[in-house]
Amino acid sequence: MGQSALLPQTDRDRIAADLKGLVEQILAEARRSGASTAEVAVATGTGLSVGVRKGELETVEFNNDRGFGITVYVGSRKGNASTSDASPEAIRETVRAALNIAKYTEEDVCNGLADAELMARTLPDLDLDHPWDIDVDGAREIALETESAALAVDKRIVNSEGAQVVTQRGCHVYGNSHGFVDATWSTRHSSSCSVIAADDDGMQRDYAYTLGRGPSDLSDATAVGREAGQRTIARLGRHPVKTGTYPVMFDAPTASGLFGHLMSAISGGSLYRKESYLLDSLGRQVTTPTITLAEDPLRRKGLASAAHDGEGVATRAKAFVENGIVQSYVLGSYSARRLETVSTGNAGGVFNLDVVTETQPVTELMRAMGTGLLVTSLMGQGVNLVTGDYSRAAAGIWVEHGEPQYPVDQITIASNLDAMLNSIAGSGDDIDRRHNIRTGSVLVGEMTIAG
Amino acid sequence: MNNAIETATRALWDAGDIGERDVTGLLGRLTGRGIDTGELFFQRTQHESWSLEDGTVKSGAYGHDRGVGVRAISGEKTGFAYAEDLVLPALANATDAARAIARSGQSGTAKALTRGQPPPRYADANPLTSAKEDAKVALLRRIDEFARALDPAVKQVTVRIALNRDTNLVVATDGTMSADVRPLARFDVSVIAERDGRRERGFGGGGGRFDTGWLFDTDAAERYAREAVRTALVNLDGVAAPAGTMPVVLGPGWPGVLLHEAVGHGLEGDFNRKGTSAFAGRIGEQVASELCTVVDDATLADRRGSLTVDDEGTPGQRTVLIEDGVLVGYMQDKHNARLMGVASTGNARRQSYAHLPMPRMTNTFMLAGASEPEEIIASVDKGIYAVSFGGGQVDITSGKFTFSATEAYLIEGGKLGPAIRGATLMGNGPEVMGLISMVGNNLELDTGVGICGKDGQTVPVGVGQPSLKIDQITVGGTSAS
Repeated sequence: MGQSALLPQTDRDRIAADLKGLVEQILAEARRSGASTAEVAVATGTGLSVGVRKGELETVEFNNDRGFGITVYVGSRKGNASTSDASPEAIRETVRAALNIAKYTEEDVCNGLADAELMARTLPDLDLDHPWDIDVDGAREIALETESAALAVDKRIVNSEGAQVVTQRGCHVYGNSHGFVDATWSTRHSSSCSVIAADDDGMQRDYAYTLGRGPSDLSDATAVGREAGQRTIARLGRHPVKTGTYPVMFDAPTASGLFGHLMSAISGGSLYRKESYLLDSLGRQVTTPTITLAEDPLRRKGLASAAHDGEGVATRAKAFVENGIVQSYVLGSYSARRLETVSTGNAGGVFNLDVVTETQPVTELMRAMGTGLLVTSLMGQGVNLVTGDYSRAAAGIWVEHGEPQYPVDQITIASNLDAMLNSIAGSGDDIDRRHNIRTGSVLVGEMTIAG
Repeated sequence: MNNAIETATRALWDAGDIGERDVTGLLGRLTGRGIDTGELFFQRTQHESWSLEDGTVKSGAYGHDRGVGVRAISGEKTGFAYAEDLVLPALANATDAARAIARSGQSGTAKALTRGQPPPRYADANPLTSAKEDAKVALLRRIDEFARALDPAVKQVTVRIALNRDTNLVVATDGTMSADVRPLARFDVSVIAERDGRRERGFGGGGGRFDTGWLFDTDAAERYAREAVRTALVNLDGVAAPAGTMPVVLGPGWPGVLLHEAVGHGLEGDFNRKGTSAFAGRIGEQVASELCTVVDDATLADRRGSLTVDDEGTPGQRTVLIEDGVLVGYMQDKHNARLMGVASTGNARRQSYAHLPMPRMTNTFMLAGASEPEEIIASVDKGIYAVSFGGGQVDITSGKFTFSATEAYLIEGGKLGPAIRGATLMGNGPEVMGLISMVGNNLELDTGVGICGKDGQTVPVGVGQPSLKIDQITVGGTSAS
């Protein structure tokens, strides 16, 4: 039972060197087999996930993953292939499969590696590797403590979906035929808990979690458990809502999703496919002028930190939106070429985005809202990025004259993203640091609430 | 008779020089004091996809994965580990890690393996090799041109073909030895139409457990393209959806995603064993209007959700979940069935060897009723008629679910009115099922595009239903009048 899922520290450099060597071998093999250029990504990882439920150990999962992705270019034709099989025959077969695909795809001048001059030249250590020396017994103890704190919150908590502790460590290597190759070790640990409360109205479920690069970044087990219990109890005693239009406040986790939709709408793929309500939005006002969205890719120990993007392009700190105005799209090489511009170092997405704005205590924000809805959870996929139409199922707390009254549930909230983001009237100081997009609660203008 | 087992052992065991005696040895190593049951799940998947955008087939991908997942069960405890190398030392390591769930380490004896092979529900076809690459590429190009020619408003066309072949083999301590070779093919067309500065998306697609013949020998691909263009154009003319509670008529086929969310997940064995589902402990109770009979059927020929055997080696079957409104059964895998003292219903599914199996839906649908579809619409004075949906989601504990309409119309005075856009439906599963007041005689299954997610694992599924009327459900539009 004492088996640790983690690699010995001394193996770190050897494994990174081996994987880099493998990437170089694959690039050479691709070149020999007729590729003009190629890029290779290799990911390996090990981890342990321990779950308890109702005070007993329930699951122990060891993971041990490996995957290779190869992209070859023959002129401006492109082919991809991937495998989990590291044998030399499998690698040769995978290179051959990628080249075979490239025989049948068509010329596209936007295809190809990112431009050589954009490659990251310095690769600072971002302090992302913090292994957790924990075994099954240790993880079980934390999970048991978390669940027991949740169950102790209130006697109306009648059931549990359990608590989980997960630790993952991996090495990610990327290389391409510009001669760029880099290996990054990183860790990610989390614990979570979900419990069920019941009253005459039926059962309600909610959860809490903590997440970080290092074990010391995780919230204490009791705090996570207590939050799960409190969130669940807060859902009991729901009242109906009369259909109408009201101001709406999103709590920090749901507000993060709102800015996520905005980032998708100014991402290269959505733009060149014309699948966005924000086409040609450079220089345009897309949120209220108080909002700036700034990327900080080199943040030490950050959850989404990276010195280079998925194509080896150097990442850099920048604002996508400044004072409500779009300053930069979110681009990798392909979408950049399609839009006749240059990669922003965002192949694979955004790396640590901060919503920079003046903040105030959440209680003040609620007072500013007066009477309306505080959203604490959202369900479903009712966001249409092409039109900005927004209509999702929600649950939350009803607020009157700035004071929280009772939970509301089984309602829908609807508006348009453009209208919502341009009506932001304030932000809370309750920044949620567990997300790639960090924001506090956000107050928007009126939305249609149906219940 | 045992073709699938022979195909699978060749694909999964031969390269690593693994034989039945080795596997029996591993099962012995897996069992023993403290371990009730366990299995090894060997799998190889091959997948290929091609996509067209801007009139150009600009990308294609091929993938090949294999591995083994080892699970050991002790009471309610599960130990799990997996390996990517199909060689004995790696299998032994994974076996030891999985059985570490039990504190004692004595080896036991597994039951002798019995080869079982129920009649196949689909052919041993290989969609990756059934057509030449240039034919697939030419098909994508032809469908792009076809879609663009249908209407000048079509500005953007994306066409994608995705082909899979999954070969797996299960051996378990209860003596199960079973294999399945599952083909899966899918073709999607997505368009953006633009008129007077307004843009809308439309979608059409389908597939199933067969090779690419359906695309080359029938007009299926053209039908998907027509459907994509038609839905985009309908939405260009859409008005804002109403908000509030009102009667909703659902069209046949894909809107069966309502059943999937409103009741399907809530009837999966794990949630009911743990008492976390709104349907827990309600077998024998009226949980839906008596017009409703809902089944999960893995045995339908060639369907996207069909399974000859499930991922624990149990033959796929047809399970009645709700009969005339009464809850009669849950969907079970072996683990939950054993703990609940019932038999597996062949609903164990896993995304891959690297994931634990869970009770999951296969093809889930409501049986036909007696009403004419037209009379259902005519019975509504003011409400909406929803024909197609995007994604849905359910909270199985409170029973609430939601899904977003991608094609819907107002009903006014019993007649179809203008298209509406951006409508989200929201309800409570048990409540909504009780409010079904008319069920059509027009059962249809979806075209084969369903993907179901649970605990981070996705599996292909089928849904279906006849037209039906829900007397009252929350519609989340922007027009509050």
